[in-house]
Amino acid sequence: MRDVDDVAKTRYGTDLLKKGFAKMQKGGVIMDVTNPEQARIAEESGAVAVMALERVPADIRADGGVARMADPQVIEEIMDSVSIPVMAKVRIGHFAEAQALQALGVDMIDESEVLTPADPFYHIDKRKFIVPFVCGCRSLGEAVRRIWEGAAMIRTKGEAGTGNIVEAIRHQRMVTGMIKKLGWMNNNELHVLAEEYAQSYANAVKTFTGGDVDDNTIVFEEYTYGEIKKDLFKILQDIKKMQRLPVVNFAAGGIATPADAAIMMQLGSDGVFVGSGIFKSSNPRERAKAIVEAVAHYNEPHIVAKVSKKLGEAMPGIEIKTLSEEQLLQERGW
Amino acid sequence: MVKTLLAGVLGVQGDVSEHVFSMKNALKEKNVDGRVVVVKQKKEIDNLDILIIPGGESTTISKILYKSGIYDRVVRRIENDDLPIMGTCAGCVLLAKELTDNENEEEVRLLHAMDIKVERNAFGRQRESFEKKIEFKGFDYPYNAVFIRAPIIRKTWGRCEILAKINKEMVVAVRQNRFLALSFHPELTNDVRIHKYFLDMSILRYR
Repeated sequence: MRDVDDVAKTRYGTDLLKKGFAKMQKGGVIMDVTNPEQARIAEESGAVAVMALERVPADIRADGGVARMADPQVIEEIMDSVSIPVMAKVRIGHFAEAQALQALGVDMIDESEVLTPADPFYHIDKRKFIVPFVCGCRSLGEAVRRIWEGAAMIRTKGEAGTGNIVEAIRHQRMVTGMIKKLGWMNNNELHVLAEEYAQSYANAVKTFTGGDVDDNTIVFEEYTYGEIKKDLFKILQDIKKMQRLPVVNFAAGGIATPADAAIMMQLGSDGVFVGSGIFKSSNPRERAKAIVEAVAHYNEPHIVAKVSKKLGEAMPGIEIKTLSEEQLLQERGW
Repeated sequence: MVKTLLAGVLGVQGDVSEHVFSMKNALKEKNVDGRVVVVKQKKEIDNLDILIIPGGESTTISKILYKSGIYDRVVRRIENDDLPIMGTCAGCVLLAKELTDNENEEEVRLLHAMDIKVERNAFGRQRESFEKKIEFKGFDYPYNAVFIRAPIIRKTWGRCEILAKINKEMVVAVRQNRFLALSFHPELTNDVRIHKYFLDMSILRYR
């Protein structure tokens, strides 16, 4: 066989590779872990990946203060302890934290509202990275902006660290409801929607300059307002046609039980993130296994029922209404 | 006897819908009367004419396979030698008889279908994932192969035939009678030549 390596280029960090990585996670559970021991429990339980953190969201919430990227030492120890992919979080807009995680060799970066936002105007330009990103959203507009910025995966924001599924369901329904509506919209209406979704980029520049923004104004990295509107329109057309997001879409923020995972899957999620829900429960190993099985068999209620037996205490939950607006992590990002 | 071909894509975890889409296109292009189903329960294994094990996480897929009882049914059909199987990436790992790093099969329970020894994550982490045009035995022009945290086939023996190599000595595609293992993801591109190749090697038995 003739060898073609000398003529064929090897390409790294392409859109296909980044979105492809996310596709390999489908039907799986990604678990928050804070040390190698938890990472091994997650892997042995069948997690498709782990999210390496210093503190789970419930503790971040309880501790208060500024939450930042985890200590690279902690992340590296976790990377060395498992064969499944390792993800880690950066603050919204903090591209230097993201560069550091890419240098460490993290497999996917979560630009996350669970940490304290770093940039009041912009999210990270994720196209500039070889490593794929996942980003949270509460609505289709947020999802479309993150996809345009290069996110390879979208997740609901939910309300992390509460063990309360209500916000994840709200965000999933917000997105799927709007996708359904796109099906009835004509191109003129899509253009109007694209302009509405592009507003936040224009608003940032209006704040800097105090002046007006037109189609030729550069509003984000090297892109003009006109270009962004055009690109968002194209993404909306794709979503209208496919009747789903053009990237993998996970549920996150409040999943605590196998049935929580199953309902998110039935509502159209491609997989789930479980943050505090596992290692804040009384029996992490059994709960982790049960959630993995519930996701794989989300349409088989007898299996969800079976794996839900005798799991012990779930994490203590928080009623969302008892949180003040400043305590709501989902309000971070736009 | 004319019979509708029933193709199953193992649906426990991974990029299942991409394989369904590619296989449907391959059936159409080859003008084969066939149906593609996602397989999640053990009883569905017995009726299949061909099976695809998709990409995903091999540790996860193997655990769910075993727990659900699908593993035993697939092994039985491998032993009966009556089910062609294509495995991509994680699927390639599962088809192997040996892994380089799997003491006592604690992490991954293998299907032992093919005379190959596989190394998982052989190129490193996601940032080392790559696309590359490769030569595939029998294809008249190169195939754009997508390698994502890919395994490679470190050793082959017995009746295993090598179909593609990269970097001169790294084996990335092999065939052994009715089994096909690939360390890359043919389901992520629109080029369905590999799915058609799998159909060809399967249909020869079923026509």
